[in-house]
Amino acid sequence: MASNSSGDESSRHQTARHRLSVIAGHLQRPTDRNAALLAVDCKAQGSKPNVNTSDRGEGRTVPRRRQEIMKWNGWGYSDSRFLFNKKGQAEFTGNRYRLSGMIIPGLKDWMEGTFGANLQHKTQATPVLNTSAVQPPTLNEAFVEELKSTGIPFSHEAEDRVFRAHGHCLHEIFALREGKIGRVPDMVVWPNCHNDVVKIVELACKHNVCLIPYGGGTSVSSALECPPEETRSIVSLDTSQMNRILWIDEKNLTAHVESGIVGQDLERLLNESGYCTGHEPDSMEFSSLGGWVATRASGMKKNIYGNIEDLVVHIKMVTPRGVIEKSCQGPRMSTGPDIHHFILGSEGTLGVVTEVTIKIRPMPEYQKYGSVVFPNFEQGVACLREVARQRCAPASIRLMDNEQFKFAHALKPQVSSIFTSFLDGLKKFYITKFKGFDPNRLCVATLLFEGPREKVLQHEKQVYDIAAKFGGLAAGEDNGQRGYMLTFVIAYLRDLGMDYYVIGESFETSVPWDRVLDICRNVKARIIRECKDKGVQFPPLSTCRVTQTYDAGACVYFYFAFNYRGLSDPVHVYEQVEHAAREEILANGGSLSHHHGVGKLRKEWMRETVSNVGVGMLKSVKDYVDPNNIFGNRNLL
Amino acid sequence: MASKAVYSHRDPLLKKRDDFEDILEERRKTSDLRYALRCYTPALYKGLTPCTISDLKSMVLQSDQLLYVINQVSKETGTATDEIQLEAEAILEEMAHRLQLTTVRFFAFTLSKIFKTLFRSICVNEEGIQRLQQAIQEHPVVLLPSHRSYMDFLLVSYILYTYDLALPVIAAGMDFMGMKIVGEMLRMSGAFFIRRSFGGDKLYWAVFSEYVKTMLKNGFAPVEFFLEGTRSRTAKSLTPKLGLLNIVMDPFLKGQVFDVSLVPVSISYERILEEALYARELLGVPKPKESTSGLFKARKILSENYGSIHVYFGQPVSARSLAEGRVDRSQFNLTPRHIPSKPSEGIQDFVNDSAFRLVRSQEENMVLKPWVLLAALLLQNQAAGNKLGVLVEDLTEQAVWLRDLSRQFGAFLHWPDHVPPSRVVSSSLSLHRSLVRVSEGRVQLNSETGSGSEFPLAAMTPEEELLSKAVVVLSCASYRNQVLHVFIRAALLACAVHSVTSSRKQEIFNTFSFLRNMFSNEFILRPGAEVQDFEEACYLLVKSAVLQIHQQEVLVTDSGHRTLAFLTSILDPFVQGYQMVCRFLCEEATETLTENQFVPAVRKFFIKHLLTGGLKYVEVLSSDLQKNALAALLRLGAVQKLRGGADQGTLKVNTVMVNSLEDTLGGKLPTQKTLAARL
Repeated sequence: MASNSSGDESSRHQTARHRLSVIAGHLQRPTDRNAALLAVDCKAQGSKPNVNTSDRGEGRTVPRRRQEIMKWNGWGYSDSRFLFNKKGQAEFTGNRYRLSGMIIPGLKDWMEGTFGANLQHKTQATPVLNTSAVQPPTLNEAFVEELKSTGIPFSHEAEDRVFRAHGHCLHEIFALREGKIGRVPDMVVWPNCHNDVVKIVELACKHNVCLIPYGGGTSVSSALECPPEETRSIVSLDTSQMNRILWIDEKNLTAHVESGIVGQDLERLLNESGYCTGHEPDSMEFSSLGGWVATRASGMKKNIYGNIEDLVVHIKMVTPRGVIEKSCQGPRMSTGPDIHHFILGSEGTLGVVTEVTIKIRPMPEYQKYGSVVFPNFEQGVACLREVARQRCAPASIRLMDNEQFKFAHALKPQVSSIFTSFLDGLKKFYITKFKGFDPNRLCVATLLFEGPREKVLQHEKQVYDIAAKFGGLAAGEDNGQRGYMLTFVIAYLRDLGMDYYVIGESFETSVPWDRVLDICRNVKARIIRECKDKGVQFPPLSTCRVTQTYDAGACVYFYFAFNYRGLSDPVHVYEQVEHAAREEILANGGSLSHHHGVGKLRKEWMRETVSNVGVGMLKSVKDYVDPNNIFGNRNLL
Repeated sequence: MASKAVYSHRDPLLKKRDDFEDILEERRKTSDLRYALRCYTPALYKGLTPCTISDLKSMVLQSDQLLYVINQVSKETGTATDEIQLEAEAILEEMAHRLQLTTVRFFAFTLSKIFKTLFRSICVNEEGIQRLQQAIQEHPVVLLPSHRSYMDFLLVSYILYTYDLALPVIAAGMDFMGMKIVGEMLRMSGAFFIRRSFGGDKLYWAVFSEYVKTMLKNGFAPVEFFLEGTRSRTAKSLTPKLGLLNIVMDPFLKGQVFDVSLVPVSISYERILEEALYARELLGVPKPKESTSGLFKARKILSENYGSIHVYFGQPVSARSLAEGRVDRSQFNLTPRHIPSKPSEGIQDFVNDSAFRLVRSQEENMVLKPWVLLAALLLQNQAAGNKLGVLVEDLTEQAVWLRDLSRQFGAFLHWPDHVPPSRVVSSSLSLHRSLVRVSEGRVQLNSETGSGSEFPLAAMTPEEELLSKAVVVLSCASYRNQVLHVFIRAALLACAVHSVTSSRKQEIFNTFSFLRNMFSNEFILRPGAEVQDFEEACYLLVKSAVLQIHQQEVLVTDSGHRTLAFLTSILDPFVQGYQMVCRFLCEEATETLTENQFVPAVRKFFIKHLLTGGLKYVEVLSSDLQKNALAALLRLGAVQKLRGGADQGTLKVNTVMVNSLEDTLGGKLPTQKTLAARL
């Protein structure tokens, strides 16, 4: 049951190596070795700026024309998706993920059972973008002319513009699937380096053009939506081509990196030198370093490595007033309010983050997943609280509630041998019958340990000992690993749901320890009640997990989805329910956001969140830094 | 699902009410013993954490809240914490219930026997029971019965047992504890006992509130208490007490439970067991201390017929929907929730408002028997100076008229329509023959108490005669009072229309507001709902074709005079009573009059005036009315109560203001002037 304590040294090393490759397997394989470390000078590229591909950065994940490898109206890579095959079994296509090419036998029953969804009732998304539905670009000719002379690539093709007009909120994706296109940027520019950004911002100021910085495009706060009231030409500033690690400083364990690099590339490239940042937000395949800084991101292994604000040592940002940066890389300063904190979480309203010095760590020697089953959620939370009190949280510790445990369980791929399925049956029997856990109440904590092997094993024992005091039973590595996999594929699953009239979303909060149980219960109940009141015909999925522990509280993540058959305006209903859920969070002492940010989706609550004076402070910063609202995405305030 | 609004004043006629089922019918057919021993498996709260009574106690004693207060008290008094802990245990021991199924079964058996002898039927709305059953499973439930009799809480538990519903734990006053065996039996049937007053005792309050909250949060059992705090001796609903409501709202407001369902329960007795007892108490004959032997003496009541009881389980009211848009729950975010704090003003207003809404919904679901209308008519006849009594035929005609009127006003009237009105009237009269007699075709209130041992007829002084008459009048009034909530708003408007000389709507509204304000200790009038009440009154009187209301004007229709006269005279005893209290304060109050001396002194003053004929309503002798009047004057600042020192409790009268209030009540002064006089 417990972590495999048997087996000899070499096999352990083998599994350890395997696990590392698994982590890497979340990420894309490197296709090209020569793209590693280049301290390249920034040179403007050629005279045909808006041609695609074939610049540099081949080894990088994100091409200028993102639509070539990514879905224009859904999550992630075009080749990876869930579907029901001819036999009616769920299958995950492609070959990028551990789950790729596998049959997931439990998913169909789970979807039918949980949502009342039916494979006969399918809604097809618009397959290709109808470019005639996209408004022709409003171009600021003078700006375009001067931009051309700089040689910075740009485009005003409909596909490029539409791709950068949205993040991944439900309403955004839903509209795309229906082929509805609202206000989109009039043009996309791809700066190659800091100096390019300086030029672009200067020109934008000169010609009064609205700039919206765009990193990975994984926002879930409507932050990328173009304000419909914006009359100026909107230029999307895509940082994806600024994706180099400029230097690594092994003495100080820092790396200086361009802000457009996406998480998986950053980790992969650092790994090649034996380092990592350890910053792994669930979106790390696609989200960018600059985006993390701009939204105050959090990674699942923050217990070891810290959140983004702990990781950054130096930030360079281009604003309409000029470049802001600190004069040194001192690890901590007492020089008035930390100016980094004006930048962290500024959500693209003040300028573009171009370069970041970030802490790095040697790659961990050993990694191990684990899981613990608790008889109920209350016990699980009590255990996490104790782990936090003793400050012995592993790299990651997450507690899924019963519904989410069942969800993760439904994603179990088809087992190859009768023996494994026999073992599963035995485990289930042991937990539910022998230990008397109620299968409808039990919940699971998933764990990820990281560090030197000996320490990991020691640490593991400590955590399992605490868990035992709260009635927890070790439940194996598989369950743990599957729990983490869920977070990587959840967004793909949402696309599958949408094919079958199921819409959903996740949202998060942070809350003091003593309110964790109350907020989980109340928000889930509120969602169910609101769905009922709003005429949703089927019971919704309303589930949560505690995903991060802190000294003084925890981060709680909610998933919410429902079958919308019979509703005339499902997105509106969805938004009302989400709104109510957020109200409930705030009423129960939760924060407006732990790491998703405010964007435009949550800005109505900013004032009550940070007080009038707080809003005034932020406003005055904005007024000073960007008096003409060049960075006009209207997030936050 | 709980209803959004507790009551709506739109169209009372449209109010859909459930049908009743007589639960005694089954009792009369099958074995009580088998009933008492039958399998009892109630549906429970879905979030229930099963625990024993001793688990419950240790949860309370170990709660953060209580430990915090224990530490606090220890710091303040210098007593060691373990000693205070022991004290807390003792308090909890004294307080806690010991709900036990065997005792419940014993009660189920004996009460079946007793109920069958006393009552013709006990009617329960089964749809309400079904709603309750649903509510119990979904959220913690608070039962809020009206309180008219000692019977109330036994009756509610009996009904819940009958329907296989979770038995409640009931907050009961400590005075029951005096009845040794009975007290313990009540404890074992779910009662827990609280001291009547424990104002400054932090520890007591902490134990008590934590005990109630723990039971509620864990869904241990529905919590039951009486919003009115005590039995209403007048059958009018009492101004709600907020202590317990504050406590049960707290877990919701602080997010410890998703919601709390508040279920108003209206219990209406056709004849109240304590009828004459209450009347005497109101007249100043002290109430007998509750004692077990006293209860056995009460056995003689077993030989009488007390008609039927109607119990209406109202729509569960969700605390969440009451609070929606009214309370910002995030106000509790910044302090740890286990630290006790005085509720903010906003919360107090909210709880007070909720309490009024709940009491009003109790009132609205109270079943009214025909006798209630007869009592109203007979009292009016008597006050009109009709010494001979009223002809049965006339009474029947008036009753039918009033029946139709009250139905128009949305009264929950239980008038058997398939029986000829004359039969309805005569059977009502016969059930209440202790209060009325019919001779030579005329109906009259009994002036001498038939069974009167306290006031022997022969040796009666005029004062004693008056008091003996008053017992009957007050008993009758307690029935009439049951219908007051139906008419009160319209009656206030009628009085305003009557006393204002002009027909200007604004002036009428001013007078209406004045009267409403004056009487808000007397009747259930939700604070701050003046405009709403005024509109409701206008709506009702326009609908019943009494008034015509134009933009600025209010006109009485030709056909409306009878209704207006009825409405003004139903309020008249109160108007006159309040006026006389004012007069007393101006004319007779000495410098040293204290609050405690107030009632006896007023009574003396009233008796004098009743005997000389200066006062026509005997019912003003009710100490309830006198106390309410004083409370109103205190509230308005016309009288002040001195605090502290040797003058503790002395009443200081602002003669000018009291005088002008009296004049305004008498319609001699326009409302504006009174308001000015206050300045």
